[in-house]
Amino acid sequence: MPDSTLVGLHHEEQHHPELLHHFAEPQQQRDAASLGMWVFLATEVMFFGGLFCAYLIYRRWYFGDFGAASKTLNATLGATNTAVLICSSLTVVLAVWAAKTARRTLLLVSLGITLLLGLAFLGIKGVEYKDKFVEHHVPGASFSFDKVPLPGHPGQYANPRHAQIFFSLYFIMTGLHALHMIIGLGLFLWLLIMAWKGRFTPEYNTPVEIGGLYWHFVDIIWIYLFPLLYLIDRHP
Amino acid sequence: MSEHSKSSPLKMYFGIWITLLLCTYITYKAAFVELGQYNAAVALGIATLKATLVALFFMHVWHASEKLTKLVVIVALFFLLLLLGLSMSDYATRLWS
Amino acid sequence: MSMPTTIPQPVERENYLNKEYGVWSWLLTTDHKRIALLYLVSITFFFFVGGFFALLMRLELLTPAGDLVQADTYNKLFTMHGMIMVFFFLIPSIPAVLGNFLVPLMVGARDLAFPRINLLSWYLYIIGGVMMMHCMLTGGVDTGWTFYAPFSTNFTNTKIVEAGLAIFVAGFSSILTGLNFVVTIHRMRAPGMTWSRLPLFIWAHYATSIIQLLGTPVIAVTIVLVAAERALHLGIFDPKLGGDPVLFQHLFWFYSHPAVYIMILPAMGVVTEIIACFSRKRIFGYSFVAFSSIAIAVFGFLVWAHHMFVAGISIYSALVFSFLSYAVAVPSAIKVFNWTATLYKGSIHYDAPMLYAFGFLGLFTMGGLTGLFLAALGINVHVTDTYFIVAHFHYIMVGGAVMGYLGGMHFWWPKISGRLYPEGWARLAALIVFIGFNLTFFPQFLLGYMGMPRRYYDYSHMPEFQVLNVLSTAGATVLGVGYLLPMVYFLWSMRYGKPASDNPWNAAGLEWKTASPPPTFNFDEEPVVTWEAYNYEELDAPHKREVPVAR
Repeated sequence: MPDSTLVGLHHEEQHHPELLHHFAEPQQQRDAASLGMWVFLATEVMFFGGLFCAYLIYRRWYFGDFGAASKTLNATLGATNTAVLICSSLTVVLAVWAAKTARRTLLLVSLGITLLLGLAFLGIKGVEYKDKFVEHHVPGASFSFDKVPLPGHPGQYANPRHAQIFFSLYFIMTGLHALHMIIGLGLFLWLLIMAWKGRFTPEYNTPVEIGGLYWHFVDIIWIYLFPLLYLIDRHP
Repeated sequence: MSEHSKSSPLKMYFGIWITLLLCTYITYKAAFVELGQYNAAVALGIATLKATLVALFFMHVWHASEKLTKLVVIVALFFLLLLLGLSMSDYATRLWS
Repeated sequence: MSMPTTIPQPVERENYLNKEYGVWSWLLTTDHKRIALLYLVSITFFFFVGGFFALLMRLELLTPAGDLVQADTYNKLFTMHGMIMVFFFLIPSIPAVLGNFLVPLMVGARDLAFPRINLLSWYLYIIGGVMMMHCMLTGGVDTGWTFYAPFSTNFTNTKIVEAGLAIFVAGFSSILTGLNFVVTIHRMRAPGMTWSRLPLFIWAHYATSIIQLLGTPVIAVTIVLVAAERALHLGIFDPKLGGDPVLFQHLFWFYSHPAVYIMILPAMGVVTEIIACFSRKRIFGYSFVAFSSIAIAVFGFLVWAHHMFVAGISIYSALVFSFLSYAVAVPSAIKVFNWTATLYKGSIHYDAPMLYAFGFLGLFTMGGLTGLFLAALGINVHVTDTYFIVAHFHYIMVGGAVMGYLGGMHFWWPKISGRLYPEGWARLAALIVFIGFNLTFFPQFLLGYMGMPRRYYDYSHMPEFQVLNVLSTAGATVLGVGYLLPMVYFLWSMRYGKPASDNPWNAAGLEWKTASPPPTFNFDEEPVVTWEAYNYEELDAPHKREVPVAR
């Protein structure tokens, strides 16, 4: 049960069912869990930071080729996915509020919609990946990017090798982001089950709160990935 | 959150949500307009605005009762900028002579 | 102090060691003290594996000709030595063993904030370790521990991906340890334990945790890039395909330079505790020592490119990094001066932990000062990839971190095991380690300065290097004996050592106010702190001044 380990909130004792033995009071346990998640998110910032660093350096070096490669991505689907994630962030924040104010129906509905939106995001992402696969834009032996015009330089073509670097970073960055989405979906499925069992009360709702922090963070990563990857040099 | 539980935060949440959607629409549309080097600035500026809104209001950094949360956010951003800034400064100055 | 620990001892009090028995009571424990012992056993294993490789290398270098092993075997020896020592010994050594054991005790908590995550971090370490051992036994890696691209990504046919994954997993173990420490130090302090009353060991571990948390993810993602590049030839680090191998070095050293401070900061924390105790004085300049730890953690992130002066980075960037590398020496020097000032007019006791602390003080200073040579662009270019570098970082990592680790193990062994180690043997071992260390590594400074490159298995074109190499190999043998001795007498003392009192050194600090060994939840009642850190003047005040430190 990695989720409960992460959250650090399993229980053995009888009186305060959710208070672990080594904490003095529930408030201390809540604060510890919340700080733990924030600190973890700081490490996640650096994890994606390494990728952003590599991306920004190559984008500056090979701006034209990156623009040409970026143009082959489906910006409408990317924008749709951004909207999907923003909506899911709304439902997450509603879920947190519902848990704190003991609105069981709203909590269950919000968590459920969040799950659906997360799945929708992954579905759209899958469609995009499939398109790239069909177009031979997946880096590797079958990669091809021949005769793609360089934006702003009529008659010139993008360098396929530099475009391959773009697509490598595209797949690694969106792939790791998707992996975080999948972990988030697992986390929210667990939250939904716990909420169904009525485990969350206005006194005890830390898992919803810090699960929400994680979800918003994954949303923020996408908020940056969308313009950086899809909208490099779109204008005609 | 406790000091805010009296007035329902729903209005704020929906307001932020609408703003975020609007921003996404603007980013999307602005990308197709010729702005020269400002295209990237607009796109990243709006992304930063959106990320800030999510962090401040959805992740409750704004209303965090403790300074510690804000500190963690600032420290993470500081080290991220170190990584980006110091390594990119190498690339930016390689061709100077 | 009105602490509950003055109750007369029954024959065997219930403590964390005898509360439960059996394999599962250890493998499923969430007690930070037991997890510390799990780490102790595992890192000791890896220490001797890594040490074995070092010994083989030293044997090869005994003669100028490459006669003991082949070139590619030698490449694998130094690679596996580096990878195991850095990622599986030095980085977890003090934090995961002594830190795990002591952080909750020192802040007055019943456990770390997330005990299950603590156990998970040990399992991740073991999974990483098993992968690394498997990688090693089925062929190993020959790139050097830095696995520079594009050699690692395009050319070598050894097991880069598996070794990378092992380091990736072990890295998450390190992140989780750091996360636990940060949250514990913020949230679990006992009443009255303000930040300015925290032992400096805690400050050092807090600073270490910052590096673990913010540096490790960058190397994790670098490993992802290397693995992807190797599998699919993406071109991210391959100049033939438009990539930049220097980018790999940037990302690698962004973690791996601060990683040096992951190793040395906890040792500084240990030494601070020992010097205060065995000088019977309050530490000089508490807040300077505390904040210099944080400063080292932050500055440590600003200097990474001094590993890359010859790699083709911009000269302007190199100038900035050279300057910043000088700057990081300032907080380290602040510490050395404060330790020295603490010794001044102290009533110094030369027990084994203090001997290690003295060793640390001298060797770290040498390592640090030669680090300043390397911060200077001109000398750096001259000695890059020579034995000068090897000697320099071994003075920091072995002379610094391992000395600190051994000193700490001796200092807290009575608390950990409830037994006293044999003091005479311990002093002898400390002496042997110090002599063996200097004999091993000082000649390497000279070799490097004369121009012997590192990572060469054959120097038959330069036979005049042999004298110094023989000295170094002889020293390594002495050093090996010095390392085996503590293991032997620690094990011996677990059965035959004299039972330790709760506070055999008459030391300050909450960890000494509970039983030796401590009960499972550390304190019989929650401690309330009303005194400042290192209140040795008070401890020794009216009548206790004559009481020497226990043997």
